[in-house]
Amino acid sequence: MAYIITRRAALALGGAALVAPRAFAQSNIPTQSASAPSLPIERGATLRMLRPVRFVQPDEEVFRANAARFTAQTGVEVRVDFVGWEDITQQTAVTANTGAGPDLIIGFNEAPHIYADKLVDMADVAGYLGQKYGGWKAMAQRYGKRANSDMWVGLPFGASGGPLVWRKSTLNSVGFDAPPEDHAGYLKLSQELKRVGKPSGFALGNAVGDGNGFAQWLVWSFGGYLVDENNNVAINSPETIRSLEYLKELYATFIPGTIAWGDISNNRAYSAGECHLTANGVSLYFSLKNDPAMKAIADDTFMTLLPKGTQQTSPMAGLTLNAMVFKHSRYPNASKAFLQFMLEAPQYDPWLQANLGYWSQPLNAYNESATWSSGDPKISVFKGVMDTTFYAGYKGPISEASAAANADYVMVQMCASVASGQATPQQAAAEAERRARRFFRSRR
Amino acid sequence: MSATTAAPVWTKMRPKQGALTRLFDWKPFLAFICLLPAIGLLMTFLTYPLGLGIYLAFTDTTIGRSGIWVGLENFIWLADDPIFWNAVFYSVFYTAVATVGKFALGLWLALLLNQHLPMKSLLRAIILLPWIVPTVLSAIAFWWIYDPQFSIISYLFVDVLGVRDTNIDFINTAWPARWSLIAANIWRGIPFVAISLLAGLQTISPSLYEAALLDGASGWQRFRHITFPMLLPILAIVMTFSIIFTFTDFQLVYAITRGGPVNSTHLLATLAFQRGIPGGQLGEGAAIAVSMIPFLVFATLFSYFGLARRKWQQGEGND
Repeated sequence: MAYIITRRAALALGGAALVAPRAFAQSNIPTQSASAPSLPIERGATLRMLRPVRFVQPDEEVFRANAARFTAQTGVEVRVDFVGWEDITQQTAVTANTGAGPDLIIGFNEAPHIYADKLVDMADVAGYLGQKYGGWKAMAQRYGKRANSDMWVGLPFGASGGPLVWRKSTLNSVGFDAPPEDHAGYLKLSQELKRVGKPSGFALGNAVGDGNGFAQWLVWSFGGYLVDENNNVAINSPETIRSLEYLKELYATFIPGTIAWGDISNNRAYSAGECHLTANGVSLYFSLKNDPAMKAIADDTFMTLLPKGTQQTSPMAGLTLNAMVFKHSRYPNASKAFLQFMLEAPQYDPWLQANLGYWSQPLNAYNESATWSSGDPKISVFKGVMDTTFYAGYKGPISEASAAANADYVMVQMCASVASGQATPQQAAAEAERRARRFFRSRR
Repeated sequence: MSATTAAPVWTKMRPKQGALTRLFDWKPFLAFICLLPAIGLLMTFLTYPLGLGIYLAFTDTTIGRSGIWVGLENFIWLADDPIFWNAVFYSVFYTAVATVGKFALGLWLALLLNQHLPMKSLLRAIILLPWIVPTVLSAIAFWWIYDPQFSIISYLFVDVLGVRDTNIDFINTAWPARWSLIAANIWRGIPFVAISLLAGLQTISPSLYEAALLDGASGWQRFRHITFPMLLPILAIVMTFSIIFTFTDFQLVYAITRGGPVNSTHLLATLAFQRGIPGGQLGEGAAIAVSMIPFLVFATLFSYFGLARRKWQQGEGND
């Protein structure tokens, strides 16, 4: 096909040249032979895409440089718009419902599952990438594939996890090397931290990220779940009640005030040295590390995945970037080719490295990325974020309802009402069941 | 004069008016035409959203999915929803307590400001500050003041004065959180009440007070029988506005507690937003918003008829 350099592409290439000096460590990404799907790019194709704004500046630079390289190789102009996190869900909804606007969107978590009927199947691209790069991780498969089907509605680009963040010196001082994986040991650690006046703390307020992260960990780690495989509400279970009984003991060891905590509160309490063990994304560590005044705390800070409790993998649902291509796009092949291009090692690995661990890979081969070996060894914990078998809405099919139940804090408030003593575990579980049924009611 | 007029008398022929001109000269039509832009604006930006909101309340619309007509289903669900009833309770409680607080303190402040004080204008300007600051900013300031770990008040009592061992629980449990929010709302609302009432006070003729003084009225009697009755009409208006503002308050609660702990401080407005936008249940959120209308109508009628419609104000005798 004709090789066209548009003015915009030329500018973008210039941008790429500027970015190029940023040195990325050489990764040795193992690949298997696989044949790429045939995606003849439509004549005169141009693409418009939306994605969430960056965590860190190099994210955007590398992403744009990769897109410019795609333009240079295929002649397809790609316009990438970076959208605020709180807006992307609504913009996705509008795009899907009106059948107009961007050709592809990288949204969050469940978005492709909600609009599955309006999306292009990407099984061919997913199959190729999976074969070439050592297979999709468990969480990536969950978010990519439509439930009970072989259709890939989304292509996960990465996930951000919220592991335990803790002060090593404090844990050592009470006789622990690292937080234990079992409930009894973990409770013992929390009690010891409380005893020495350096307590742990987890958000139990209306905090979308941290609150849900903790509540989900608590319930899942005891084997409870909001809905079963068929989307029947199953939160009012003996496992949930056991987890809430456990919470009563655990909450007594928390720093006071966590029921009023929002998403930012634990960052502040930890940074101020008032709280010595919490759960958060990698941003907390980097904010400490990048502040010279906080060096002592940063050096003392370590991260581990949330305790497994009774489960095989760490019960943690990361925030997942999930790309989708709309049927209304006039250039579905170009869109798929673009996403495939972005997930190939020459593009994906520098992008992964640029993100410093904020996003971690959906494909196994990228375990070998220099992100996890040549950078700060403390962030290597994020390498396995997408290995977990848990996800928001576990263990039903990913749906609008599970996202809404999360956003309405059904599980967080179940936990908070028990912690505050307003409800018994039985009452709280029954109330959560009542609210969840509303979200999961069948609709015409 | 008429004797001097020799010139032929002629009258200018009125040109025959076109139908259009006559139409525009017709008062009712002209008024209608002139009102059209305003009506258009109101219909587009007021009636349509309100109507859409009411319509949505009877559907199961979610974000990302247009709904179908479900009749009263949303309201039936809400009638059984303790979180909704808690929001109703707290909205009424919040409005009632905050309004009483604002009016008690605001009236007192207005009376003080009505005295002859040095630097009166400057003082009045300062009083207005809480009202001028954007609500979100003052809400964030209160959010810090009420923070479980970093509250300045806790710091004062624990670290500076040493009279407490633990931080004060402002927003971690239900009742303290409710009172804390009311306190923030009163702080914010006082200037509006005080300045409005001050304006009312200044319209009261000094001669009334002079006459009362001659009759030997005490300070309390002057307040009870002159100031208060003369202030009633403006009091009614200010109270109506204040009740509406307070009942529909959103920013303070959303910025400070987000309705927590465990939904105990949700107002109807914050609950409607929480269910409708983050929760995605647009229909249910609209139903909660619509259910505020009867309360607002009642509150408006109450303060209007309860306070303003005194016969003597309209020149008739008291019964």
